[in-house]
Amino acid sequence: MARIKKKGKKEAPGITTASLPDIVFMLLCFFMVVTKMRDSELMVRITVPAATQLQKLEKKSLVSHIFIGPPTQKYADKLGTAPRVQLNDQFAPPEAIPEFIANEKKKVKNPKLHKKMTAALRVHKEVKMGIVTDVKTELRKIDFRKVSYLATDLVQ
Amino acid sequence: MAQRKIPEINAGSMADIAFLLLVFFLVTTTIQTDSGLSVLLPPYVEEPPPPEKKNKRNVFSVQINGNNELLVRGNPLQDVYSIKDKAKEFIMNYGKDPNSSDSPKKAIVSLLNDNGTSFEMYVLVYDQLKAAYNELWDEAAMDIFGRHYEDLSRKDKKKVREDIPLVISEAEPTSFDK
Repeated sequence: MARIKKKGKKEAPGITTASLPDIVFMLLCFFMVVTKMRDSELMVRITVPAATQLQKLEKKSLVSHIFIGPPTQKYADKLGTAPRVQLNDQFAPPEAIPEFIANEKKKVKNPKLHKKMTAALRVHKEVKMGIVTDVKTELRKIDFRKVSYLATDLVQ
Repeated sequence: MAQRKIPEINAGSMADIAFLLLVFFLVTTTIQTDSGLSVLLPPYVEEPPPPEKKNKRNVFSVQINGNNELLVRGNPLQDVYSIKDKAKEFIMNYGKDPNSSDSPKKAIVSLLNDNGTSFEMYVLVYDQLKAAYNELWDEAAMDIFGRHYEDLSRKDKKKVREDIPLVISEAEPTSFDK
Protein backbone atom coordinates (compact mmCIF):
# COMPACT_ATOMS: atom_id res chain seq x y z
CA MET A 1 0.00 0.00 0.00
CA ALA A 2 1.34 3.27 -0.95
CA ARG A 3 1.20 5.89 1.61
CA ILE A 4 0.84 9.35 0.47
CA LYS A 5 2.54 11.77 2.64
CA LYS A 6 1.64 15.30 2.20
CA LYS A 7 4.25 17.80 2.53
CA GLY A 8 3.93 21.40 2.76
CA LYS A 9 1.33 23.47 4.53
CA LYS A 10 -1.80 21.99 5.99
CA GLU A 11 -5.00 22.60 4.19
CA ALA A 12 -8.33 23.10 5.83
CA PRO A 13 -9.44 19.70 7.10
CA GLY A 14 -12.22 18.08 5.09
CA ILE A 15 -15.60 17.50 6.58
CA THR A 16 -15.41 14.32 8.49
CA THR A 17 -17.74 11.66 7.22
CA ALA A 18 -17.02 9.29 10.05
CA SER A 19 -20.38 9.91 11.65
CA LEU A 20 -22.27 9.17 8.47
CA PRO A 21 -22.09 5.41 8.94
CA ASP A 22 -23.52 5.84 12.42
CA ILE A 23 -26.48 7.69 11.06
CA VAL A 24 -27.04 5.16 8.34
CA PHE A 25 -26.63 2.28 10.74
CA MET A 26 -29.25 3.81 12.95
CA LEU A 27 -31.64 3.92 10.03
CA LEU A 28 -30.63 0.40 9.13
CA CYS A 29 -31.36 -0.83 12.63
CA PHE A 30 -34.73 0.85 12.55
CA PHE A 31 -35.71 -0.88 9.34
CA MET A 32 -34.36 -4.20 10.52
CA VAL A 33 -36.50 -4.00 13.61
CA VAL A 34 -39.58 -2.85 11.73
CA THR A 35 -39.20 -5.36 8.92
CA LYS A 36 -41.15 -8.47 9.34
CA MET A 37 -40.09 -11.06 6.87
CA ARG A 38 -43.09 -12.95 5.69
CA ASP A 39 -42.79 -16.15 7.62
CA SER A 40 -45.02 -18.39 5.61
CA GLU A 41 -44.80 -18.71 1.90
CA LEU A 42 -48.11 -18.14 0.24
CA MET A 43 -49.22 -21.21 -1.64
CA VAL A 44 -52.53 -19.75 -2.66
CA ARG A 45 -53.24 -16.76 -4.81
CA ILE A 46 -54.88 -14.03 -2.79
CA THR A 47 -56.15 -10.61 -3.65
CA VAL A 48 -58.13 -9.35 -0.74
CA PRO A 49 -61.33 -7.38 -1.34
CA ALA A 50 -61.69 -3.70 -0.57
CA ALA A 51 -63.77 -2.31 2.27
CA THR A 52 -64.24 0.95 4.14
CA GLN A 53 -64.94 0.03 7.75
CA LEU A 54 -61.53 -1.37 8.53
CA GLN A 55 -60.03 -1.91 11.90
CA LYS A 56 -56.33 -2.37 12.37
CA LEU A 57 -55.18 -5.64 13.82
CA GLU A 58 -53.09 -4.78 16.82
CA LYS A 59 -50.81 -7.20 18.58
CA LYS A 60 -49.46 -9.41 15.84
CA SER A 61 -48.78 -12.20 18.28
CA LEU A 62 -52.48 -12.59 18.92
CA VAL A 63 -53.41 -12.94 15.28
CA SER A 64 -53.59 -16.28 13.51
CA HIS A 65 -53.68 -16.21 9.76
CA ILE A 66 -55.85 -18.46 7.68
CA PHE A 67 -55.41 -18.24 3.92
CA ILE A 68 -58.07 -19.23 1.44
CA GLY A 69 -57.64 -19.05 -2.30
CA PRO A 70 -56.88 -20.99 -5.46
CA PRO A 71 -53.45 -22.67 -5.45
CA THR A 72 -50.66 -20.75 -7.16
CA GLN A 73 -49.26 -21.80 -10.51
CA LYS A 74 -46.70 -24.01 -8.84
CA TYR A 75 -49.35 -26.16 -7.21
CA ALA A 76 -52.16 -25.71 -9.66
CA ASP A 77 -50.94 -28.52 -11.91
CA LYS A 78 -51.31 -31.03 -9.15
CA LEU A 79 -54.20 -29.66 -7.20
CA GLY A 80 -56.30 -27.83 -9.70
CA THR A 81 -57.65 -24.35 -9.21
CA ALA A 82 -60.41 -25.06 -6.73
CA PRO A 83 -59.92 -22.81 -3.67
CA ARG A 84 -58.13 -24.34 -0.73
CA VAL A 85 -57.27 -23.48 2.81
CA GLN A 86 -53.66 -22.88 3.74
CA LEU A 87 -52.59 -23.09 7.37
CA ASN A 88 -48.97 -22.26 8.17
CA ASP A 89 -47.01 -23.78 5.32
CA GLN A 90 -49.33 -26.39 3.99
CA PHE A 91 -52.69 -27.00 2.48
CA ALA A 92 -55.23 -28.29 4.93
CA PRO A 93 -58.89 -29.19 4.95
CA PRO A 94 -61.18 -26.94 7.04
CA GLU A 95 -61.40 -29.79 9.55
CA ALA A 96 -57.76 -29.18 10.48
CA ILE A 97 -58.56 -25.76 11.88
CA PRO A 98 -59.29 -26.84 15.48
CA GLU A 99 -55.81 -28.35 15.70
CA PHE A 100 -54.25 -25.30 14.11
CA ILE A 101 -55.98 -22.99 16.57
CA ALA A 102 -54.99 -25.21 19.48
CA ASN A 103 -51.35 -24.87 18.37
CA GLU A 104 -51.72 -21.13 18.02
CA LYS A 105 -53.12 -20.95 21.51
CA LYS A 106 -50.12 -22.84 22.83
CA LYS A 107 -47.88 -20.13 21.43
CA VAL A 108 -49.62 -17.54 23.56
CA LYS A 109 -48.40 -18.33 27.03
CA ASN A 110 -50.75 -16.12 28.96
CA PRO A 111 -54.15 -17.85 29.06
CA LYS A 112 -55.84 -14.54 29.79
CA LEU A 113 -54.96 -13.42 26.30
CA HIS A 114 -56.53 -16.42 24.64
CA LYS A 115 -59.90 -14.81 24.34
CA LYS A 116 -58.35 -11.78 22.72
CA MET A 117 -56.93 -13.84 19.90
CA THR A 118 -58.24 -13.18 16.44
CA ALA A 119 -58.38 -15.30 13.34
CA ALA A 120 -57.44 -13.23 10.32
CA LEU A 121 -59.08 -14.64 7.26
CA ARG A 122 -57.09 -13.66 4.21
CA VAL A 123 -59.41 -14.71 1.47
CA HIS A 124 -59.19 -14.28 -2.28
CA LYS A 125 -62.06 -12.05 -3.34
CA GLU A 126 -63.37 -14.35 -6.05
CA VAL A 127 -63.68 -17.34 -3.78
CA LYS A 128 -67.20 -18.59 -3.20
CA MET A 129 -68.61 -18.37 0.29
CA GLY A 130 -68.96 -22.16 0.64
CA ILE A 131 -65.40 -22.79 1.78
CA VAL A 132 -65.40 -19.63 3.89
CA THR A 133 -68.54 -20.83 5.64
CA ASP A 134 -66.89 -24.18 6.36
CA VAL A 135 -63.99 -22.39 7.99
CA LYS A 136 -66.34 -20.14 9.94
CA THR A 137 -68.30 -23.14 11.17
CA GLU A 138 -65.11 -24.86 12.35
CA LEU A 139 -64.11 -21.73 14.24
CA ARG A 140 -67.53 -21.47 15.82
CA LYS A 141 -67.41 -25.11 16.89
CA ILE A 142 -64.34 -24.50 19.00
CA ASP A 143 -65.73 -21.19 20.21
CA PHE A 144 -63.02 -19.12 18.55
CA ARG A 145 -65.32 -16.40 17.41
CA LYS A 146 -63.20 -13.31 16.89
CA VAL A 147 -62.62 -13.07 13.19
CA SER A 148 -61.37 -10.42 10.86
CA TYR A 149 -61.81 -10.49 7.12
CA LEU A 150 -58.67 -8.84 5.85
CA ALA A 151 -59.26 -6.18 3.25
CA THR A 152 -57.60 -3.22 1.67
CA ASP A 153 -58.81 0.29 2.22
CA LEU A 154 -61.36 1.32 -0.35
CA VAL A 155 -60.78 4.91 -1.31
CA GLN A 156 -64.06 6.45 -2.21
CA MET B 1 4.63 20.63 14.05
CA ALA B 2 3.90 17.02 14.85
CA GLN B 3 3.86 14.80 11.86
CA ARG B 4 1.06 12.35 11.45
CA LYS B 5 2.35 8.81 11.33
CA ILE B 6 -0.77 6.78 10.90
CA PRO B 7 -3.17 7.93 8.25
CA GLU B 8 -6.81 7.92 9.18
CA ILE B 9 -8.74 4.90 8.10
CA ASN B 10 -11.04 6.00 5.41
CA ALA B 11 -14.50 5.52 6.83
CA GLY B 12 -16.19 6.83 3.76
CA SER B 13 -16.84 3.43 2.30
CA MET B 14 -18.52 2.32 5.49
CA ALA B 15 -21.35 4.61 4.61
CA ASP B 16 -21.64 2.96 1.21
CA ILE B 17 -21.86 -0.48 2.73
CA ALA B 18 -24.42 0.65 5.24
CA PHE B 19 -26.42 2.37 2.53
CA LEU B 20 -26.42 -0.80 0.52
CA LEU B 21 -27.81 -2.72 3.47
CA LEU B 22 -30.28 0.04 4.12
CA VAL B 23 -31.53 -0.05 0.56
CA PHE B 24 -31.89 -3.81 0.73
CA PHE B 25 -34.05 -3.59 3.81
CA LEU B 26 -36.03 -0.70 2.43
CA VAL B 27 -36.88 -2.75 -0.62
CA THR B 28 -37.73 -5.92 1.21
CA THR B 29 -39.70 -4.21 3.93
CA THR B 30 -43.42 -4.38 3.68
CA ILE B 31 -44.61 -2.59 6.74
CA GLN B 32 -47.59 -4.76 7.17
CA THR B 33 -50.56 -2.98 8.44
CA ASP B 34 -53.08 -5.73 8.44
CA SER B 35 -56.52 -4.37 8.68
CA GLY B 36 -59.84 -5.96 8.13
CA LEU B 37 -63.50 -6.16 8.98
CA SER B 38 -63.83 -7.34 12.53
CA VAL B 39 -66.66 -9.73 13.11
CA LEU B 40 -67.79 -11.69 16.11
CA LEU B 41 -69.18 -15.00 14.93
CA PRO B 42 -72.29 -16.36 16.59
CA PRO B 43 -71.82 -19.29 18.97
CA TYR B 44 -72.16 -22.73 17.46
CA VAL B 45 -75.32 -24.67 18.13
CA GLU B 46 -76.03 -28.18 16.93
CA GLU B 47 -79.46 -27.38 15.63
CA PRO B 48 -80.30 -24.03 14.22
CA PRO B 49 -82.76 -22.40 16.57
CA PRO B 50 -86.30 -22.15 15.33
CA PRO B 51 -86.81 -18.86 13.58
CA GLU B 52 -87.70 -16.38 16.22
CA LYS B 53 -91.11 -14.93 15.98
CA LYS B 54 -89.87 -11.44 15.62
CA ASN B 55 -92.14 -8.80 14.42
CA LYS B 56 -91.38 -8.64 10.75
CA ARG B 57 -91.15 -4.90 10.75
CA ASN B 58 -88.08 -5.07 12.97
CA VAL B 59 -86.06 -7.28 10.70
CA PHE B 60 -83.95 -5.80 7.96
CA SER B 61 -83.25 -8.83 5.88
CA VAL B 62 -80.52 -8.86 3.29
CA GLN B 63 -80.18 -11.88 1.08
CA ILE B 64 -77.47 -12.53 -1.47
CA ASN B 65 -77.85 -15.36 -3.92
CA GLY B 66 -75.31 -17.39 -5.82
CA ASN B 67 -75.26 -14.88 -8.65
CA ASN B 68 -74.37 -12.07 -6.27
CA GLU B 69 -77.84 -10.55 -6.59
CA LEU B 70 -79.34 -8.76 -3.67
CA LEU B 71 -82.72 -9.00 -2.07
CA VAL B 72 -83.30 -6.38 0.59
CA ARG B 73 -86.49 -6.80 2.57
CA GLY B 74 -87.91 -8.83 -0.26
CA ASN B 75 -87.11 -6.33 -2.98
CA PRO B 76 -84.34 -6.75 -5.50
CA LEU B 77 -81.65 -4.13 -5.25
CA GLN B 78 -79.10 -3.26 -7.88
CA ASP B 79 -76.84 -0.80 -6.13
CA VAL B 80 -74.96 -2.33 -3.22
CA TYR B 81 -73.96 1.05 -1.87
CA SER B 82 -77.56 2.09 -1.32
CA ILE B 83 -77.89 -0.58 1.40
CA LYS B 84 -76.20 1.74 3.84
CA ASP B 85 -78.80 4.49 3.54
CA LYS B 86 -81.65 2.02 3.50
CA ALA B 87 -80.36 0.41 6.66
CA LYS B 88 -79.88 3.75 8.38
CA GLU B 89 -83.37 4.83 7.49
CA PHE B 90 -84.73 1.53 8.72
CA ILE B 91 -82.91 1.59 12.05
CA MET B 92 -83.74 5.20 12.90
CA ASN B 93 -87.41 4.89 12.05
CA TYR B 94 -88.80 5.07 15.61
CA GLY B 95 -92.12 3.67 14.50
CA LYS B 96 -92.93 6.38 11.98
CA ASP B 97 -93.21 4.12 9.00
CA PRO B 98 -95.32 1.08 9.91
CA ASN B 99 -93.06 -1.09 7.76
CA SER B 100 -89.82 -0.09 9.42
CA SER B 101 -88.41 -0.69 12.87
CA ASP B 102 -90.01 0.38 16.16
CA SER B 103 -86.75 1.62 17.59
CA PRO B 104 -83.02 1.11 17.06
CA LYS B 105 -82.95 -1.24 20.03
CA LYS B 106 -85.42 -3.57 18.41
CA ALA B 107 -84.01 -3.40 14.93
CA ILE B 108 -82.22 -6.47 13.66
CA VAL B 109 -80.19 -6.83 10.52
CA SER B 110 -80.32 -10.32 9.16
CA LEU B 111 -77.80 -11.37 6.56
CA LEU B 112 -78.25 -14.50 4.53
CA ASN B 113 -75.85 -15.59 1.85
CA ASP B 114 -75.61 -18.53 -0.47
CA ASN B 115 -72.66 -20.85 -0.65
CA GLY B 116 -72.19 -19.65 -4.20
CA THR B 117 -71.94 -15.97 -3.23
CA SER B 118 -68.52 -14.52 -3.92
CA PHE B 119 -66.49 -13.45 -0.94
CA GLU B 120 -66.05 -10.00 -2.42
CA MET B 121 -69.81 -9.43 -2.54
CA TYR B 122 -70.24 -10.70 0.99
CA VAL B 123 -67.56 -8.37 2.33
CA LEU B 124 -69.02 -5.49 0.36
CA VAL B 125 -72.46 -5.97 1.88
CA TYR B 126 -71.13 -6.56 5.37
CA ASP B 127 -69.03 -3.45 5.02
CA GLN B 128 -72.04 -1.38 4.02
CA LEU B 129 -74.05 -2.64 6.98
CA LYS B 130 -71.21 -1.87 9.34
CA ALA B 131 -70.84 1.53 7.75
CA ALA B 132 -74.52 2.22 8.47
CA TYR B 133 -74.01 1.52 12.16
CA ASN B 134 -70.74 3.44 12.32
CA GLU B 135 -72.41 6.47 10.79
CA LEU B 136 -75.36 6.24 13.14
CA TRP B 137 -73.04 6.02 16.12
CA ASP B 138 -71.13 9.00 14.87
CA GLU B 139 -74.32 11.00 14.45
CA ALA B 140 -75.52 9.99 17.91
CA ALA B 141 -72.16 10.93 19.41
CA MET B 142 -72.36 14.33 17.75
CA ASP B 143 -75.87 14.83 19.15
CA ILE B 144 -75.15 13.78 22.72
CA PHE B 145 -71.52 14.72 23.26
CA GLY B 146 -70.83 17.08 20.39
CA ARG B 147 -67.80 15.04 19.41
CA HIS B 148 -67.02 12.34 16.91
CA TYR B 149 -67.59 8.76 17.98
CA GLU B 150 -63.90 8.00 17.51
CA ASP B 151 -62.91 10.64 20.04
CA LEU B 152 -65.21 9.44 22.80
CA SER B 153 -64.01 7.62 25.86
CA ARG B 154 -64.64 3.93 26.13
CA LYS B 155 -67.52 4.48 28.51
CA ASP B 156 -69.24 7.00 26.29
CA LYS B 157 -68.81 4.79 23.28
CA LYS B 158 -70.54 2.02 25.12
CA LYS B 159 -73.35 4.34 25.99
CA VAL B 160 -73.83 5.28 22.37
CA ARG B 161 -73.74 1.65 21.33
CA GLU B 162 -76.33 0.73 23.92
CA ASP B 163 -78.81 3.07 22.31
CA ILE B 164 -78.13 1.71 18.85
CA PRO B 165 -76.93 -1.85 19.33
CA LEU B 166 -75.27 -3.53 16.42
CA VAL B 167 -77.16 -6.70 15.67
CA ILE B 168 -76.15 -8.40 12.46
CA SER B 169 -77.41 -11.92 12.61
CA GLU B 170 -76.20 -14.42 10.10
CA ALA B 171 -78.32 -17.37 9.23
CA GLU B 172 -76.83 -20.61 7.97
CA PRO B 173 -76.12 -20.09 4.29
CA THR B 174 -78.32 -21.68 1.74
CA SER B 175 -76.79 -23.86 -0.88
CA PHE B 176 -78.18 -24.32 -4.32
CA ASP B 177 -75.93 -26.45 -6.42
CA LYS B 178 -75.90 -25.50 -9.99
